[in-house]
Amino acid sequence: MYERHILICAGTGCISSGADKVEEALIESLKEHNLEDKVRIIMSGCHGFCEKGPLFIVFPEDIFYCGVQAEDVPEIVEEYLVKGNLVERLLYKDPVTGEQVINHDKIMFYSKQKRLALRNCGVIDPENIDEYIIRGGYRGLKKALQMSPEEVVNEVKASGLRGRGGAGFPAGAKWQFGLSSPGDQKYIVCNADEGDPGAFMDRSTLEGDPHAVLEGMLIAGKAIGADEGYIYVRSEYPLAIKRLCTAIRQAEEYGMLGNNILDSGFNFKVKIKEGAGAFVCGEETALLASIEGKRGVPRHRPPFPAVNGLWEKPTIINNVETLANVPLILRRGAEDFASVGTEGSKGTKVFALTGKVNNTGLVEVPMGISIREVVFDIGGGIRFGKKFKAAQIGGPSGGCIPEEHLDLPIDFDSLTAAGAMMGSGGLVVVDEDTCMVDMARYFLSFTKKESCGQCIPCRLGTDQMYDILEAITEGKGKPGDVALLEELASAVKQGSMCGLGQTAPNPVLTTLRYFRDEYEAHVKEKRCPALVCKALLQYSIDEEKCIGCQRCIKACPVDAITGEKKQPHELDQELCTQCGACFDACPKKVGAVQVLSEGLPEVEEAEECEEGCKCHN
Amino acid sequence: MQEQLNSVFASYQGEKNELIPVLQDVQEELGYLPEEAMCEVARFVRLPEAKVFGVATFYARFHLEPRGEHIIRLCCGTACHVRGATKIADKLKTMLDVDVGETTENMKFTYEEVACIGACGLAPVMTIDDKTFGKLDPDKTEKTIKKFDEDSAEGGEA
Ligand SMILES: Cc1cc2nc3c(=O)[nH]c(=O)nc-3n(C[C@H](O)[C@H](O)[C@H](O)COP(=O)(O)O)c2cc1C
Ligand code: SF4
Ligand code: SF4
Ligand code: FES
Ligand code: FES
Repeated sequence: MYERHILICAGTGCISSGADKVEEALIESLKEHNLEDKVRIIMSGCHGFCEKGPLFIVFPEDIFYCGVQAEDVPEIVEEYLVKGNLVERLLYKDPVTGEQVINHDKIMFYSKQKRLALRNCGVIDPENIDEYIIRGGYRGLKKALQMSPEEVVNEVKASGLRGRGGAGFPAGAKWQFGLSSPGDQKYIVCNADEGDPGAFMDRSTLEGDPHAVLEGMLIAGKAIGADEGYIYVRSEYPLAIKRLCTAIRQAEEYGMLGNNILDSGFNFKVKIKEGAGAFVCGEETALLASIEGKRGVPRHRPPFPAVNGLWEKPTIINNVETLANVPLILRRGAEDFASVGTEGSKGTKVFALTGKVNNTGLVEVPMGISIREVVFDIGGGIRFGKKFKAAQIGGPSGGCIPEEHLDLPIDFDSLTAAGAMMGSGGLVVVDEDTCMVDMARYFLSFTKKESCGQCIPCRLGTDQMYDILEAITEGKGKPGDVALLEELASAVKQGSMCGLGQTAPNPVLTTLRYFRDEYEAHVKEKRCPALVCKALLQYSIDEEKCIGCQRCIKACPVDAITGEKKQPHELDQELCTQCGACFDACPKKVGAVQVLSEGLPEVEEAEECEEGCKCHN
Repeated sequence: MQEQLNSVFASYQGEKNELIPVLQDVQEELGYLPEEAMCEVARFVRLPEAKVFGVATFYARFHLEPRGEHIIRLCCGTACHVRGATKIADKLKTMLDVDVGETTENMKFTYEEVACIGACGLAPVMTIDDKTFGKLDPDKTEKTIKKFDEDSAEGGEA
């Protein structure tokens, strides 16, 4: 019998911070103290709190140590496991109150969450099917196998589950199409392409609880009459692929996959397909083309994949998180699931909370929670006491929500109404030091690169929008640029076939809607109020503060700074390339290098139009 | 090269839909996709060469040029962008004297930019081969690369 269990997070984040070395050190240290038989080590999936990793949690007491490195392990073993003294310096410290928190469920980051899709992530060893089963795993499947396909579809319909991959299409209705489509062969496809640059929900789910996704696929297969499934995973996710392969093998051994599953006569097999790095392959028809070995470009819908999909057979495509919710719905019933969330959006949503918040990580919250709660309670507010500026939700298809809408409830419909989008679940918080024009430029640089090029408005329109945004951030914005951006945005939205083009202008449109003054400052005054756009900055040295340490002289790559030791240095604006190296080099205490954005000299505007020409107005 | 290709082909049937996995394995084996290899693949999966070329150029994961010994991938996802990935990019580019997708003259490092590697909590992040380095600033980046360069030289990998 083990007296204690120690969970070490072995998600991608914690491994890159050294979790595997922590494991080695713990094995070693337990041996030294003859504790190997008393303490069991569990290497779990991501707990969502990667920034504080590697995480090291001792059960049954639930002591939450964070940022643990291999060299800390002997101390934990000796002081805590042997002597019973908490190792205080490794406990979590609340960024708001500054207090130490001992138990993991007392940490605000966790206490406001509701973990349904992530129910097992960070709790079980994802490479052990028994742990999944002990926690109720495959019971949803058992139930589904005793039901008729119609009953399964109706259960999912009644739950109100909507797709978590972006568009929020009701899962039950989609399955109904799949069930009604005639065909001797049908397919289930799990979309694990997770293309949103700044999101990792699906990755953590696959790494932390792969069986939940398999079980969801099996239930979907039973519901529509499919006997084959594909999981399309990004090749950037090697650990997820490895854990999935292990899970598939174990499920086959246990008779949960293969022929005549649990003696029900139902057959189902699952294959993994690795993506090859194209964002547009997350779009369902492009994804199917990619599985078939072709260039992953979207095609026109209808016909919808539910009617004519993979190899022209009826195919249901669902997102990882959508599928991970399904076993719970079957096991606990639709009503239980529908008791969480809002009228139009049931259940929970997982977000990758990142950017300028104190607690970044993966969070699962009930639908309807306000953005404020997510950012300030769970996220612990903005880092370094800075001011909140906006929450970017939905990645390159989504938009920015400003401070005045912080109390907006998070659900599919409210977000869409505010011009953003639930999207896949990226939630990037930005503060006063972030330039919103630069943000918009950033997203356009992404979408223009990822456009497959079939639709001219998408291919050329995103290119042009990017060029205008780049010009604005370089101080070359012209009057009328903003209007032109708006015009292009509407053309791109209307003239694009797939969701990529249809939503690509959203980041521009929402920043224009809520932060128009920042655009104006760039265009009219050639100023970047957030001090981000390099070309609009001026560096200078405050003679009064400069102690003449010569650090900035060494740092400057273009020799723009001169000065004798112990004498105030001088900075030549003509030579300066605004790289910021001197600013970083100047000791924080001294702070002699200043950066301002006061507008560029007028001379650069020489090439104005001839009189009477209205092209710029 | 033919031998290496044959060893890859051995685990496939030569069906059209195997094109992407075959290309992935060939690249794994050769480090990149030389023209001759793509022609061989075309013959193997019985597709026109143009089709194979079309697929290989569509996906970011395929490389048609030889690459360096070590691959540096800087994350330019949103979370990393807002926490200063641009500064890291500038540092890497000047330090290695390369642009995105290029390889250093000594063929040691190839510099690539990718979107989100799923370690956003540690932003800004880069990977060198399969090692992840997080919470970067320009200074730490420079030290990391230098250290990696020295360590790999010592290890006799060059
Ligand atoms: C450009 C583009 C990229 C997409 N990327 C993803 C993705 O990475 N993951 C995903 O699940 N859905 C993605 N989708 C949505 C899918 O097309 C599809 O709607 C979804 O997988 C359906 O699953 P759901 O109903 O369970 O949400 C993307 C759509 C578009 C237009
Ligand atoms: S909208 Fe853009 S990405 Fe989508 S099919 Fe058209 S060109 Fe391709
Ligand atoms: S910003 Fe860069 S180029 Fe300009 S003076 Fe400072 S170090 Fe030199
Ligand atoms: S990887 Fe450990 S908490 Fe995310
Ligand atoms: S945005 Fe860089 S790791 Fe996610």
